[in-house]
Formats: sequence, structure tokens, C-alpha cells
Amino acid sequence: MFPVISQVPLAQFVGRNNWCILESRFASAFAHSPCRAHPTGNAGHTGRTNMTELLQQLINGLSLGAIYALIALGYTMVYGVLRFINFAHSDVFMVGAFVGYYAVSKWGIPGGTFLGGMLVLFVAMGLCAALGITIEKLAYKPLRGRSTLTVLITAIGVSLLLQNGGQMVFGVNPKAFPPIFPTETFHWGQLVVNSNQLIVLAVTVVLLVALHVIVNRTRIGTAMRALSYNAVAASLMGINNDRIISFTFGLGSALAGAGGILYAMNYPSIEPLMGTLPGLKAFVAAVLGGIGNLPGAALGGLVLGLVETGISGTRLSTYRDAIAFAILIAILLFRPAGLLGKSRIEKV
Amino acid sequence: MPGRPHLFLIAALIFAAGLHAVSPRLDPYVLDIAMGVGISVVLASSLNLINGFTGQFSLGHAGFMSVGAYASAFLTTTLGKQLLPVFGGQVWLLFPFCLAFGGLMAAFAGLVVGAPSLRLKGDYLAIVTLGFGEIIKVLLQNLEVVGGARGLNGIPFYNNLFWTFGAAAITVYVVWALMNSTYGRGFLAVADDEIAAEAMGLNTTRYKIIAFIVGSFFAGVAGGLFAHIKSSINPSGFDFNKSIEIVVMVILGGMGRHVGVIIAAILLTVMTEVLRGFGDYRMIVYSVLLILLMLTRPQGLFSWSRRKAVAS
Repeated sequence: MFPVISQVPLAQFVGRNNWCILESRFASAFAHSPCRAHPTGNAGHTGRTNMTELLQQLINGLSLGAIYALIALGYTMVYGVLRFINFAHSDVFMVGAFVGYYAVSKWGIPGGTFLGGMLVLFVAMGLCAALGITIEKLAYKPLRGRSTLTVLITAIGVSLLLQNGGQMVFGVNPKAFPPIFPTETFHWGQLVVNSNQLIVLAVTVVLLVALHVIVNRTRIGTAMRALSYNAVAASLMGINNDRIISFTFGLGSALAGAGGILYAMNYPSIEPLMGTLPGLKAFVAAVLGGIGNLPGAALGGLVLGLVETGISGTRLSTYRDAIAFAILIAILLFRPAGLLGKSRIEKV
Repeated sequence: MPGRPHLFLIAALIFAAGLHAVSPRLDPYVLDIAMGVGISVVLASSLNLINGFTGQFSLGHAGFMSVGAYASAFLTTTLGKQLLPVFGGQVWLLFPFCLAFGGLMAAFAGLVVGAPSLRLKGDYLAIVTLGFGEIIKVLLQNLEVVGGARGLNGIPFYNNLFWTFGAAAITVYVVWALMNSTYGRGFLAVADDEIAAEAMGLNTTRYKIIAFIVGSFFAGVAGGLFAHIKSSINPSGFDFNKSIEIVVMVILGGMGRHVGVIIAAILLTVMTEVLRGFGDYRMIVYSVLLILLMLTRPQGLFSWSRRKAVAS
């Protein structure tokens, strides 16, 4: 009744190297990869219906998109309060992944258990928040009121420093990310779902709800929104702008740290330059949803994840990394304010 | 020097020819560094037009360089045999043609990238050009015609000191002459205050795109010069770090400074060779330098008077 396919693929993948796991999990079940999901070779008779394929791609796309969404939120929040692109954000994401690595392999937090995994996640979020606040205090705060270009260049400098410093501290070679949550593979009919994918989705949903509550229901969140609406008026109302900006950096960096852990769980090979590409794509997601708009960033991330996974299933899979930027250019041409953004009129 | 760009051009071309005449006596290592210096001047001066004078922020100069490098090297490697007779078998006629072709292709890429992103205010150009650098890498790695990820090999060594410094002289001349023209006023106006410039009736988008295209053209020419020294080019050779190197030259020299940027280009290229022993630390030094410079001297090391504040 159940065709062989549902039992075979993961057993096969596990024996191979990381790249195969990653490719099979995220890229596609039917692309031109050496470890495709049809080991029997008679793809037409495996009984995998189009509907299941679609559902499978949807799950893959959502769990990738959720990570983009987490990173994109940091970009968009910082843009909201300071109006500049924090290039170092993608490297905070990288540091998050490395914190997870060291937490399990050196600091003795037990990996592979649920509680241990949560602890790793919190440690990474906390340390990344501290890193984000430190960067803000040291590099960006002295530049308050200077031209955007100056701050932008500083951000690039910080990003390069984190990358190259990371290469010195962590080493240049990729490291295998240890399992931090218990991993299990579920077969629902012909659907193959990894527990990591579900954890990614669950953690993202919890974090998004938490963020929503913080931004919309607390005093400090109200202050954040006020600051992003009009910084001068906010400070006239007694809001300590510097404190709010630091808080925003901390919040965004914590999300990036969580994103780093979740990403490394699914792409278990980490190295100091790993942040660049996901970071860039997350920025695209932020612009796609409307920069400065929090729900927009989440939506943009999900859309981008789905599109990318969809592309991977086609013959264009080698162009996967380029598609995000094609989207970026298209959105700038046709809807520069983004999907959910409102275009602002610049007043003099 | 100001106000006499033509004289400068002639003098610089004669200087380039003179350099070429003595080049057989030079040590090959020194010759290599000298060519690197010339190419850096082309890159930095052309980026200065975009990032300095016009106040935009491009992070994809290496991407445009790679377009020019691949386009011109493709001409000389695959069509070189057919093209050479057209030019009477003279390499010195073929090479500038190939360089110009590379430049034009880069300029076209500049138009495609710049037109959507320059319509908008803000930092979009930075991220789009950064993305462009990635796209072009992916495209080149997938294009089997130009060798894919293996790179393009067997490029003839057509370049010499005359071409390198001749191109540098022409770049500096064009940027300089452009900045002393009506267009130059437009570029400065856009950099100073875009809204005010628009209110004065300037088509700011058009000025930004023109600056971007001219800058990309020379980046492409620099790519062609580079390719015809190296005999083999690879998509990953034109990465983000290369773009950053050029940006650092412009910032160090002072954005919107002619001479300062040239000095910085020469200095940094020579320094890179000197620091080669440090290897891994070079990028750390670079990044710390960048941050400290922005914190303490955002107007650049080689700009003594603050004639104009960089636009926000």
C-alpha cells in the first residue's frame, strides 16, 4: 500500500555527507542532485502525488523562510529606528551559530535533549544581544547625527571585523554543527518531515508572538514605535532615545542569534563567512515586505523562502542564490515601498 | 593643475609612454606592482565619481570589473584569431578595442543595475550593487562559454605599462573634466542635497545614472587591463572584499577628492604588497582602519580643507 519511497530516502541520506542531507532536506526531492529522493530510479511509479510534492516543498520553504524572517526582523527594526542598513547583522547571526557550537561542544551544555536545546538557544540569544548592544555603543553611537553614508561604511567595517576576527578566533575551516535538539524523522504518508524543521517553525512562531507583544503591548515597545515614527518628537516626550536604540539592537541581535542556531541545525556546517548570503537574502526579505515594517519582514522572509525552495525544484536550481536579488530589483522597480510598506513622502 | 585638464592628459600619456620605454629594465615583480597601481587608480577614480562626487554608494565595483574582465578576455581568447586580421594583425590596435568592449559591457550592466535602484533615495544602491556582485558571480560560474567555475584561462598578455597608465590618465582626465562641466555641477548638487537639486529642476535620477554608467565603464576597462596581465581569471577573484578594497581607497583619499583618491590608490596597492607577509591580518587591519577612520576623520586622510560635507 505504501510505496517504498517513504521508507528509503532518509535512511539513504544519513549515510552520506552533510551536503547531501542539506540538499535533500531543503533543496528538493526531485531536483538534479545526486542524492535525490528516487533511489529506485522509476520516479514515475513511486506514487508521490503532486499534492504531496507541493506540501513537502511548502514545509521546506516555510522552515527556510522562517529563518530569513528572523534575520529580516533585525534589519527592519534597526532601519526603523536609525534609518540605516546594519551590515554587521548577518555576522551577529554567524556568531549565534558559533555560540551554539561552543555551548554544546565546549561549555558542556548537553546537546540532543529538549531542555539543553532550549538552553543553547537562550544562551545564543543572550550573547548575541550583548554583542549587538556592544557594537551599537562602540561603533554606531559616536556617529549619531552624522551622515548615513558614514554610518553605513562603519557598519561594513564592523561586518568585516567580525568576519575576519571570526576567522582568527573560530578558524577558517567549516565546523560540523552538533545536534542540539533531539532529531527524529516523521513519515506522514509520503511526506517526510524532520523534527528540526518543526522546531524551526515552532521557535519562530513563539519568537514572532513575543516580539509582537513586546513591540505593541509594552512601554518600551511603544517607545520604539514612537522613536521610529519621529525621533525628535519622541525625545521631547521624555523617551531616552539612546536607551531605546540599544534595546532595539539587542532585540534584533537576539533574533539573529536564534536564527543562527536554527539555520545551523538545518545546514550543519558552520564557518565565519556563513552569514553573508543568508544575511543578504534576509535583507531582500525585509525590503520585499517593506523596510521598517515588522509584519512585512516576517511575510517577506516566508515568501522568499518559499520562492527559493520552489526554484530549487526546477532546472534553475543552480541560480538559486541569484533569484533573491532578481526579486530585489523587481520589487525596487515596481513597488519600492514593499508588499506591506507605505511610501513615505519626504518633507523638507 | 586645476583648470588645465588637457595639458594634464598629454603630460600623463607621455609619462605612461616613458614608463613603457623603461619597463624592460624593471624587475618583473616591480612591473607587476606598477601595473597593479595603475589599475587601482582607474578603479578608485571611477568609483570616486559615483561614491564621492555624486554621493551614491556602490558596493559592486568589483562586479563591474569582472564584467569588463570577462567580456574583453572572451574577445581576445575566443575571437582573437578572427579579430586580429581585421586590425591588420596589430595587437596594439586590437587591445584598446577589447578594453573598450569590456568597458561598454560593464557600462550596460551598470545601466541595468543602476536604473531601478537609483530612482530611489537611500541606501538601496548599496545593497543592490552588493547583490549584483553575487549575481554576476553565480552567472559566470554557470556560463560554460567562459569556463564556468574553473575560470577563463589562456588570456594573452597584451597589457603593458603604457596601456595601464594610459587608461589611468584617461580615467582621471574624464572624471576631472566631467566634474568641471555642467554635468559635474549636477553631480555635486545631487550629492549635496537631492531634494534641493530636484527642486531646482534637475533630473536627479538621470544624473545619478550617468555617473554610475561612466563609473562602471571604467571599472570594466580596469577589469580588461587586469585580465590581460593575469592570463587566467576566476569569478571568485572579483568578490566583495575586492569591492571593499576600492571603497577603502576612495574613503581614505577623501570622497570627492581627485588627488587624494589617487594617492590613496597608489599607497594602498603598494601597502598591500608590503603587508603580504601578514596575509591573514590584512583584512582585520582594513576593517579596523575603516571604523577608526569613520569615527575620527570621516572626510578622509588626504583632504585638508572641508570644502563640502558629504551628503546625507
